[in-house]
Amino acid sequence: MQFMLLFSRQGKLRLQKWYVPLSDKEKKKITRELVQTVLARKPKMCSFLEWRDLKIVYKRYASLYFCCAIEDQDNELITLEIIHRYVELLDKYFGSVCELDIIFNFEKAYFILDEFLLGGEAQETSKKNVLKAIEQADLLQEVRYTPNHSHVWQI
Amino acid sequence: MALKIVKGSIDRMFDKNLQDLVRGIRNHKEDEAKYISTCIDEIKQELKQDNIAVKANAVCKLTYLQMLGYDVSWAAFNIVEVMSSSKFTYKRIGYLAASQCFHENTDVIMLTTNQIRKDLSSPNQYDTGVALTGLSCFVTPDLARDLANDIMTLMSHTKPYIRKKAVLIMYKVFLKYPESLRPAFPRLKEKLEDPDPGVQSAAVNVICELARRNPKNYLSLAPLFFKLMTSSTNNWVLIKIIKLFGALTPLEPRLGKKLIEPLTNLIHSTSAMSLLYECVNTVIAGQYSCSVGSVCLRISVVKYLGLLAMSKILKTHPKSVQSHKDLILQCLDDKDESIRLRALDLLYGMVSKKNLMEIVKKLMIHVDKAEGTTYRDELLTKIIDICSQSNYQYITNFEWYISILVELTRLEGTRHGHLIASQMLDVAIRVKAIRAFAVAQMATLLDNAHLLTGNMQRNGICEVLYAAAWICGEFSEHLENPVQTLEAMLRPKVATLPGHIQAVYVQNAAKLFATILKNQEGNTDSTAAQETSQLMIDRLPLFVQSANLEVQERASCILQLVKYIQKLQQKDVEVAEEVSALFAGELNPVAPKAQKKVPVPEGLDLDAWINEPPSESESEDEQPKAIFTKEEPKHSRPRHTEVDEKELARRREARKQEQANNPFYIKASPSSQKVYQETPGVEHIPVVQIDLSVPLKVPGLPMSDQYVKLEEERRQKERAEKKKKEKKKRKEKRSGRGKKHDSGPESEEDITPAHVVDIVTEEMPENALPSDDDDKDPNDPHKVCDIQGNLQDGSQVVVSVIFENKSDSFLKSMEFNVLDSLNSKLQRPEGSGPHDGLTVPFQLPPGVSNEARFVFTVQSIVMPQKLKGTLTFIVKDSSTHEKLDFKLHFTCTSYLITTPCYSDAFAKLLESGDLKSSSVRLEGVNMPFHHLLARICFHHHFSVVERIDSCASMYSRSIQGHHVCLLVKTSGQTVSIDAKCDEPTLLGNVLDEIKQTFSQC
Repeated sequence: MQFMLLFSRQGKLRLQKWYVPLSDKEKKKITRELVQTVLARKPKMCSFLEWRDLKIVYKRYASLYFCCAIEDQDNELITLEIIHRYVELLDKYFGSVCELDIIFNFEKAYFILDEFLLGGEAQETSKKNVLKAIEQADLLQEVRYTPNHSHVWQI
Repeated sequence: MALKIVKGSIDRMFDKNLQDLVRGIRNHKEDEAKYISTCIDEIKQELKQDNIAVKANAVCKLTYLQMLGYDVSWAAFNIVEVMSSSKFTYKRIGYLAASQCFHENTDVIMLTTNQIRKDLSSPNQYDTGVALTGLSCFVTPDLARDLANDIMTLMSHTKPYIRKKAVLIMYKVFLKYPESLRPAFPRLKEKLEDPDPGVQSAAVNVICELARRNPKNYLSLAPLFFKLMTSSTNNWVLIKIIKLFGALTPLEPRLGKKLIEPLTNLIHSTSAMSLLYECVNTVIAGQYSCSVGSVCLRISVVKYLGLLAMSKILKTHPKSVQSHKDLILQCLDDKDESIRLRALDLLYGMVSKKNLMEIVKKLMIHVDKAEGTTYRDELLTKIIDICSQSNYQYITNFEWYISILVELTRLEGTRHGHLIASQMLDVAIRVKAIRAFAVAQMATLLDNAHLLTGNMQRNGICEVLYAAAWICGEFSEHLENPVQTLEAMLRPKVATLPGHIQAVYVQNAAKLFATILKNQEGNTDSTAAQETSQLMIDRLPLFVQSANLEVQERASCILQLVKYIQKLQQKDVEVAEEVSALFAGELNPVAPKAQKKVPVPEGLDLDAWINEPPSESESEDEQPKAIFTKEEPKHSRPRHTEVDEKELARRREARKQEQANNPFYIKASPSSQKVYQETPGVEHIPVVQIDLSVPLKVPGLPMSDQYVKLEEERRQKERAEKKKKEKKKRKEKRSGRGKKHDSGPESEEDITPAHVVDIVTEEMPENALPSDDDDKDPNDPHKVCDIQGNLQDGSQVVVSVIFENKSDSFLKSMEFNVLDSLNSKLQRPEGSGPHDGLTVPFQLPPGVSNEARFVFTVQSIVMPQKLKGTLTFIVKDSSTHEKLDFKLHFTCTSYLITTPCYSDAFAKLLESGDLKSSSVRLEGVNMPFHHLLARICFHHHFSVVERIDSCASMYSRSIQGHHVCLLVKTSGQTVSIDAKCDEPTLLGNVLDEIKQTFSQC
């Protein structure tokens, strides 16, 4: 996997993870282009598209788009499973995750992703192990994450 | 110290934390940029403080801003500071920021080497973990070189959590610093058998990725991976392994064979679509011959991919795809257009002589149902493509094809009128036997032209009239009622057709006229002939007025000719002979490559100019002479554009003046139509526009369906004739009713075309060079079908049963029924249940016998079969139902077809080593050797390949293509038969049957 992007229906980037070294300028260009392309697609359209020499696999969960770029020989379906697994992990960790959780605790979202994928490859296929590792690491932190749903104001 | 902490936390109370920042940004939607710039200023202040907590908070906020697209590279050093914190909380944030913000050109990375090394060897596994995670994002060649050893040590860490991360990150290290691969590889290989599944899967991941870049070096690991593949249940790992094997198989073909079994198992057992997809992909890429059919079936869930896969398989294994015809036809009903188009593509490659009519019939149904012109047009072109491919190879009945074409003309709004037209022309010219029929059809088309040309402007279908008119004219001798057709061609409405079609109408009207004259000359009454001339003279002026040059010229020419003929007719001069001489001679089709085959005469240089081309400047001055056309020359020159409106108007006036004085100029505006309408009173006549949106069944046009039935009957007749020649096995029944039993597999060779395409008679120039190399496109994926199509249906057995009424009463309502076995099934008409009987299509008066045929589908032919059946019937006098039980015995012999074989081919077959052998000894056979051979040939459908003295080799083939070879030797009363066959069970059974034949005598 080359990179993973999370963005909202409005095109706001919520999370980005790059597994290939690129300059900020390039990253911005790719992000802009992809967000536009994916958002322009209709709901019934295929989750896979060819883009430059990469394949883009995306899926929409509520208001968030999860979008991965993989190489030509990679398996699209397993990438879709990876996306889904990541969403499941977020869901388990935050307890029925919503976009706001990811906005306000974006570093946690990154930590979970890092336990799940490393260098663009799936590192741990067991959900339990990933969550256990995160919990352990959180224990080491002084400030523990307490689910904070006090942000009641509207998006 | 304590004070400091307190102070720090008090400070923090006034600082914004990440949540505040995010909230702030959301509250300042209008002036976001301004708000963020103040935030960045604050962050800069915070970074200057000593308190690491404040710094970490600032860095965390920066990471968020970085994601929003703000440049934070200036804070790189602060990030390193936070990374170096001894507290996990801050270290984690630092590494996260680094992994998001650092890239290869960030200079501070150099400073991190020691810090990372320290973290890697930290006693806390989570410190090590975040360091590894961060490193995976920003590893540079320098870092890779410096840290390779440390990471390698971590691969043997006691904690699987660390091992797994270390293994994965090694891949990044190898990419940046390839020299590390050699020393690290043995350890990596060890990890393939790590007790922890996570570490194992990480190792598989890394090796698979490496192997994809350079598969050669990893061949030695194949056995290990093979073991993993058969033992692992982790889909993620399996996918990687299968991918790896996909890369390895091209290098080691033997692997392919070994993989067949596990792959097939996976395909059948897995429920994960991703794994299934991976398997199928590998199967297709590796072109494993096995189980391809079943793959297709399973993946029909993922229809599009399945169809795509099938089209790939079609190139290599047409047979296995053809058996899924029904499935593919079903895909035509799919909602998704891209799936339907894929299915169409596949069908093109699947047709054979046998199924063409059926497939096209299905397609015709779809044409009727189809919505949207694009798809309908696509269907239409596909039907024509399918039928006309490789010189109409698959068409056995051209009458059927013509009627299909005629049916297609009823499509509304298609763009492909010209395509249908060219097919009609092609078939009519090349298939001589069909001409009479084609002409009759075309005459009806012309008669009903008004149905086609309802709204011509957007209707491309009127193109077919072009073909119709030409065919009727050229082959007018076949017309039944030429006068009627002539009249149809000269209707005033014709003038609304496009010019080129009108031209053909006029020219062919003349041809028709010639034929009519010829027919009528013989009659004593010359008035009929004169009436025809008068008709021509009456109608042609309409065309003389045409705006189209071609139409006009031809019409005037022919009008004058007819006028002259009329004069002669009035003098009672016989003119028919001379008129028809005008159109004498037959047009022969010319091969498309004919010109190429004419050798260029010596001394002729085709590239040399005959005249030097005129220079640019000359052509500039030359003006096209607009005598016949009012249109402006299409390429208006630049200077024209500069002319102003006034000048233009002046010129237009001048030109009109000039045109008015020019006797040769024919004005375009007063067309025939308008003249007609300008006649006073005419416009008041109401013209009723009949709009028939429902396709009409034009009387006299046969429906193509009829042909499907006719063709069936014709084939059946042929089959029956064939059967008469064959030997039949007779089985006496208890009641004395004889039953004949024979296998008559319908193979492609049995179907002889009803019409022969006249391909060979294509005209070639006299001195054409013979060459065969130019007609076939080697890339055509469907060509392969030609070879293998024959065997596609080795599963049908036709049993003919002779019913003989030996009683004294009349028997009626006979019903034939067989209890199906798993292997053999009676084919019943669609819609009937699996236990329904088949009605015998005749009644039996006393003493009469009649034959009926029943088709059975047989799956495996290696074992003999006995089917129990009943025949129920009503005895007319007593009106009682009676029942007769019988057994149908399908011997293995009955699946054999007498097939001649040459001795060299026979020898090759034996040498090939694919055949299993078996032998049998017959004692006490008391008959001459040639009788013995004849008996084997007769009863068991063998043919003698070679006979030397008392030794003979014999050959036969099963309907499913198994070879059976016998070597028969005799000495005294003992006969020994050594036999070889690719199917040992079949062979054993055949030998048993032979033995039985001889034991009976």
